[in-house]
Amino acid sequence: MLPKIMKTGGLALAGSLLLLPALALAANGGPEAAAATAAATGEYAWWFWPLILFIITFVMGIFAVLGGVGGGVLFVPIIGSFSFFPFHMDFVRGAGLLVALSGALAAGPGLLRSGMANLRLAIPVALVASTCAILGAKLGLGMPEYLTKGLLGIVIMFIVVVMVTAKKSEVPDVPKSDALSSSMRIFGVFTDQSSGQEIDWKIHRTPLGLFLFIFIGLIAGMFGLGAGWANVPVLNLVMGAPIKISVATSKFLLSITDTSAAWTYFTNGCIIPMMVVPSVIGIMLGSFIGVRLLKVTKPVVVRWVVIAILLFAGIKSLMAGWSAYQEKNMAADEPQHHSEVIEQIQPAAASPVHPAADMIG
Amino acid sequence: MAEANATTATKEQVLYGNILDIGMKIGMVILFVFFALYVFGIMKPAIPVQDLDQYYSMPAHEYLQAITANYDAIEETPDQWNWLSLVSHGDYLNLIGIAFLAAVTIFCYIAIVPTLIKEGDKLYAGLSILEVLILLLAASGLVSGGH
Repeated sequence: MLPKIMKTGGLALAGSLLLLPALALAANGGPEAAAATAAATGEYAWWFWPLILFIITFVMGIFAVLGGVGGGVLFVPIIGSFSFFPFHMDFVRGAGLLVALSGALAAGPGLLRSGMANLRLAIPVALVASTCAILGAKLGLGMPEYLTKGLLGIVIMFIVVVMVTAKKSEVPDVPKSDALSSSMRIFGVFTDQSSGQEIDWKIHRTPLGLFLFIFIGLIAGMFGLGAGWANVPVLNLVMGAPIKISVATSKFLLSITDTSAAWTYFTNGCIIPMMVVPSVIGIMLGSFIGVRLLKVTKPVVVRWVVIAILLFAGIKSLMAGWSAYQEKNMAADEPQHHSEVIEQIQPAAASPVHPAADMIG
Repeated sequence: MAEANATTATKEQVLYGNILDIGMKIGMVILFVFFALYVFGIMKPAIPVQDLDQYYSMPAHEYLQAITANYDAIEETPDQWNWLSLVSHGDYLNLIGIAFLAAVTIFCYIAIVPTLIKEGDKLYAGLSILEVLILLLAASGLVSGGH
């Protein structure tokens, strides 16, 4: 009874989510009103950016599913690197983590109950990755923006290389499980319906795998990226878990790694609901559509499109980092410049709190 | 993935999955309802929505300083858990949904510990407790960003 209610509730929620942006847009007069406001004030209407984020993340959700990547790995480089978007990297990373977390939370229950994600494999790995994600988030929040963007560019290009070159093994050959995984009883059985084959699996090189998750956690926390691109090769190629178990466990793992990093960004004030909620809604709706489009599109072609987008975003991020570095040096040469900017911002921000009804008027 | 039948979902794994499922759905409903209250102006925000775009490009610590200085409703810098005093405002109310979603994993881990202990799996019970402590450390706000 309860699962039925939850399922119906989930469908009702998805339907309602679909209506929300449209209602918000209608309530505020549509794109013409945004353009009129922008023309009148020289700035966009308040709902312009949440709406843009919703649209962009909706498209991202579709591409992420078709390209076989997580939403977080697209969100941060695209929203953080293109100068069109006004958002500081602190908020982009906070939102990116919550986008990745939402996707992982949504997928987790099915993957766990079906047994495709393996909790015994995930728990030790998640402990290492989530601990290091906190450290990564702390380091990332302490870094100047030019360094964050520059390093993000390098990481994104590395992800592209991994996506292009990493092979996958359906069922890797693991002659003997290592002592650590044996003592932790990390093994399992699943039946692959496509082949009808019952597969016993076990893992090896567990200490090396756990060591690599130190870096995965650090990168996830530092840049607010979901780390599925790194989880899967380590679980599959290094530790020897079958590809289906690796992909499912990786997706579930994100719900733990990203939780620890997301909390760190959250408690440091890096969460703006007007950015986060439309992005989460957009990516989830896009993912629903993406899953349906999988049947009629060629994922290989889309995957190359995603790789090209990531490569472009990586280059943009590097360039943005370099520009920010030059600006910082120029600002250092003219010490009064920064204080002038702050003085210009502060009075403008100090407008009175408007009545709630004014927001949608 | 759906085409594969698993035969290895343990009792604690199914329990974890069930709690994750319920928690995620409750969290999404809260997120959606509270955002609707905010975005449709039903609940007054602490920071007027018209002002938000002035803060998007600031680093988080400057943003926190600026909003604390600029709005009467915000008496204390709303980082760590200080935002709880502002949940009567539409914008900060939304943080409840976000915090709930970020807390679901902690609930799941806490729920499986008794099952693991009952089955004599002390190692995994210990690892689960350790994970809860790590996540609580992150959630406590004791880990500052170092700006």
